[in-house]
Amino acid sequence: MAVPTTDSSGDLAVDILAALSKAETLSSSTDFPNAKFSDLKAALDRLSSRSMILYKQIDQEIPFLEPEGELIAKHGSHEARVFEVVRQALEGLSIADLEKAIGDKSVTKLGQGKAFKEKWISKGKDGKLIASVDSIKDVTREHLATIETTHTCSDAKVLAELKKRKLVRLQKEISFNIEKGPKFALEIVKEETDLTDEMLANGSWKTATFKPYNFNALGADQHTGALHPLMKELGFEEMATNRFVESGFWNFDALMVPQQHPARDMQDTFFISDPKVADMPHAEDENDKKDYDTYWDNVRAVHENGRFGSIGYRYNWQKEESLRLVLRTHTTAISAAMLHKLASRQGPDGKPPPARYFSIDRVFRNESVDATHLAEFHQCEGVIADYNLTLGGLMDFMTIFFGKMGIEDLRFKPAYNPYTEPSMEIFSFHKGLNKLVEIGNSGMFRPEMLESMGLPKDLKVYGWGLSLERPTMIKYKISNIRELLGHKVDLNFIERSPAVRLDKD
Amino acid sequence: MPTIGVDKEDFFVALGQRFTADEFQALCFDYGIELDEDTEDDPSRPPEEKPQLKIEVPANRSDLLCFEGLARSLNIFRGKEPTPTYRVLDIPEDQMQYIVVSKETADVRPFVACAILRGVRFTQASYDSFISLQDKLHQNLARQRTLVAIGTHDLDTVQGPFTYEARTPENIRFRPLNQEKEMDGNELMAHLENKHLGRYLHIIRDAPRYPVIYDSKEVVCSLPPIINGDHSKITLNTTNVFIELTATDRTKLEIICNSMVTMFSQYSSEPFTVEPVLIKEANGTTRVTPNLTPHRMEVDVDYINGCCGLDLSPASICQLLERMAYTSRPLGSSIEVFVPPTRPDVLHACDVMEDVAVAYGFNKLPRSLSHKSATVGKPLPINKLGDIVRQECAMAGWLEVMPLILCSHDENFAWLNRHDDGTTAIKLANPKTVEYQVVRTSLLPGLLKTIRDNKIVRLPLKIFETSDIALKDDSLERRVSGIDS
Repeated sequence: MAVPTTDSSGDLAVDILAALSKAETLSSSTDFPNAKFSDLKAALDRLSSRSMILYKQIDQEIPFLEPEGELIAKHGSHEARVFEVVRQALEGLSIADLEKAIGDKSVTKLGQGKAFKEKWISKGKDGKLIASVDSIKDVTREHLATIETTHTCSDAKVLAELKKRKLVRLQKEISFNIEKGPKFALEIVKEETDLTDEMLANGSWKTATFKPYNFNALGADQHTGALHPLMKELGFEEMATNRFVESGFWNFDALMVPQQHPARDMQDTFFISDPKVADMPHAEDENDKKDYDTYWDNVRAVHENGRFGSIGYRYNWQKEESLRLVLRTHTTAISAAMLHKLASRQGPDGKPPPARYFSIDRVFRNESVDATHLAEFHQCEGVIADYNLTLGGLMDFMTIFFGKMGIEDLRFKPAYNPYTEPSMEIFSFHKGLNKLVEIGNSGMFRPEMLESMGLPKDLKVYGWGLSLERPTMIKYKISNIRELLGHKVDLNFIERSPAVRLDKD
Repeated sequence: MPTIGVDKEDFFVALGQRFTADEFQALCFDYGIELDEDTEDDPSRPPEEKPQLKIEVPANRSDLLCFEGLARSLNIFRGKEPTPTYRVLDIPEDQMQYIVVSKETADVRPFVACAILRGVRFTQASYDSFISLQDKLHQNLARQRTLVAIGTHDLDTVQGPFTYEARTPENIRFRPLNQEKEMDGNELMAHLENKHLGRYLHIIRDAPRYPVIYDSKEVVCSLPPIINGDHSKITLNTTNVFIELTATDRTKLEIICNSMVTMFSQYSSEPFTVEPVLIKEANGTTRVTPNLTPHRMEVDVDYINGCCGLDLSPASICQLLERMAYTSRPLGSSIEVFVPPTRPDVLHACDVMEDVAVAYGFNKLPRSLSHKSATVGKPLPINKLGDIVRQECAMAGWLEVMPLILCSHDENFAWLNRHDDGTTAIKLANPKTVEYQVVRTSLLPGLLKTIRDNKIVRLPLKIFETSDIALKDDSLERRVSGIDS
């Protein structure tokens, strides 16, 4: 069989064809062991693009000995060496003597432990080491010797163990299995890449072979501008969310989060040291005729003693806690303000009209930063206020909403949320991860929260929210959130990320 | 959300069924809890450790924080077990065990409740669960013992009546739980300083008097919320358990007291009964704890059916409620509902309505969006403008970036050669790192940081951001105005 050693891909291609004419299949590792990988790949691609050959890439991991492994293959395992020295000393051996005889402290220490474990040696009456068996079989050495000569190991478990002990390393080797293609021939015909007027004139176009178009080619870099991938999927109707700062009242109290709730801990929420405190809720322009005082009073009463059919949390509610400023931990704080505003509007029937609000903006949590947590992330949130709403209607809406993003097969799990009851976590079966993943949260706002705002009893409000980062990370296969949001983003990633079509996989 | 670990084998025995992984997942999902982990096939589980199920429960359900509560609730949900009637034993007040409260406790830890479980037989597993429930309640509902602290004692080692006092640290002397020697209040503080109990010391450390519970022979039962006395500690052999709870919040005190006794009264010689204790308050009034009277509510049938989109008869609603551990009966156009003492999270009719939906099955509810009102959608003008600017920038060859809104004080001021006159930037009180000191007053720091981290990228480099900054504004309620930059 031909064993060409040429490094020119042109010649190599011819050599491959020649070799293939004599054999059904070739393996690059045995038939072209000395060919450079890049040359081989180029030659194979060139031939396969002409359908002259077919090839398959084989990735293998070949075991090689580490220096320590080589030593063992030569002299025997640590434990065997320890055993041998101990066996030869008829009177037994102290540990110091053993160390002297072997001449290597770590070999002595490791070998001794292992030899004990194998019950090859034991401690005699005077504390000296003595051999417990007459002879041993040094299996480790045998395995390593086999690997050294054949680079194979029949027992995967043994191999894993040797690798764990750092005696063996696995080296990746890529080889190719090659066979004849439908247009197999010994000669490579020159392919025309252009149809010229000359060819038309002399008629050679009739017989010429044309190189097929390569639609997979990347093309020249256009150095384009690009939108950030996180923003590519946005475009809803929005509430004004440009104030990052809320008072405890709007961020927590209005949403039925009691003042002793862990979410109001320094551990979870960013508090503001400057400016110091918020005002009590009040109108900020003269067109704002909403009743803030009654609202404040209702919220306090619901927490402290209960109101609107609720027994409340029954604790000593503190005004000061309610006026502390925080960086908003969810955009629901803004939804609360919008619903309060809705309460003062009148539809044709004199009641607040049905309404739907969306927002998408940054929220803040005082979390330790890691691959999946940032102190800032985006929350997408929506509310639907209407009469006669049912829980099934919310599920139906969520099905439509997520359906637009190509997410189907939703499952709803009962959950807990201070401001919604019922509350449902939304799950979807993720084919890649092969399990249900949580994709959002939803619920119907608590009646005592809505009635505090002055909304009528029969007006029900759906609310739902989801983080934008999580689905985007899954979509773009990003494992570290810092590569998506913040200054550590890779600009090349922004440029190369394809436009999102969430309805396509 | 708290995660509860239960012995898998024992748990399936308690449920009377060996579930497959999928079956158990489905049960959890329907009930609203989550199987976090099954350690059976976890290679890192030590061989001597029995396989565990780690179950995440909702933060409001104190009745699911232990093996006993989880198994009981799931059995009631599956119709395998009736809801027990939790009962306070009928003992005349003059024969009750009692505790006398001294008025000084009002300044440091004003509320106390007690209860006794008689004839308990602990196994190692139920004993561990008992200890673990206290721990879970301390961490979650009791907010690291600030609101409520629980002490449990072997009643046979102490002698009532008890007193709840507040004494100066020098005047309290006892051998704390699992400690070698006696110490006074001050020595105890110093001794526990760097131990794991050290994190609770701040709750009373600076108070002039510390709360203490004594028996009639001056034996210290506990120094709440820090530590119990060693003398009265409970063991596997304890049969009569004295539970005392002290608190700064009366509602939480009752919730946690009821949680302890409803969960573990199942081991009383007469299951689900608790012996009451009379509390003689400093002002001369008395009350009896625990109070296990169910909370009575009337819930409109139409309200439940309306929210669920169902048309159930009152009787079938009652059947569903039974599976969620309520006692109920039809009452005209309403349902009379008795909320068990295990469910302090039920505040409003909506909580009952949700439980009807859970028992019915969320995923079985009729899905039609029955009522659709037409509403007009509209983008916020400023955000629409922002989108136009973004599109134009991108089309002109600029890359959009999204740096963080929080940054360090230096990044926002000194490094831009800007001076902080104290009138613009919002400063954070409790950042974990220097990177989160202020809310940006300019988009520049983020853009510059993005360039710093992308020096490897080929030039020319053109980046942009359209987003918000925030500035202090004392004229507004939240003292802040947002500016679109």
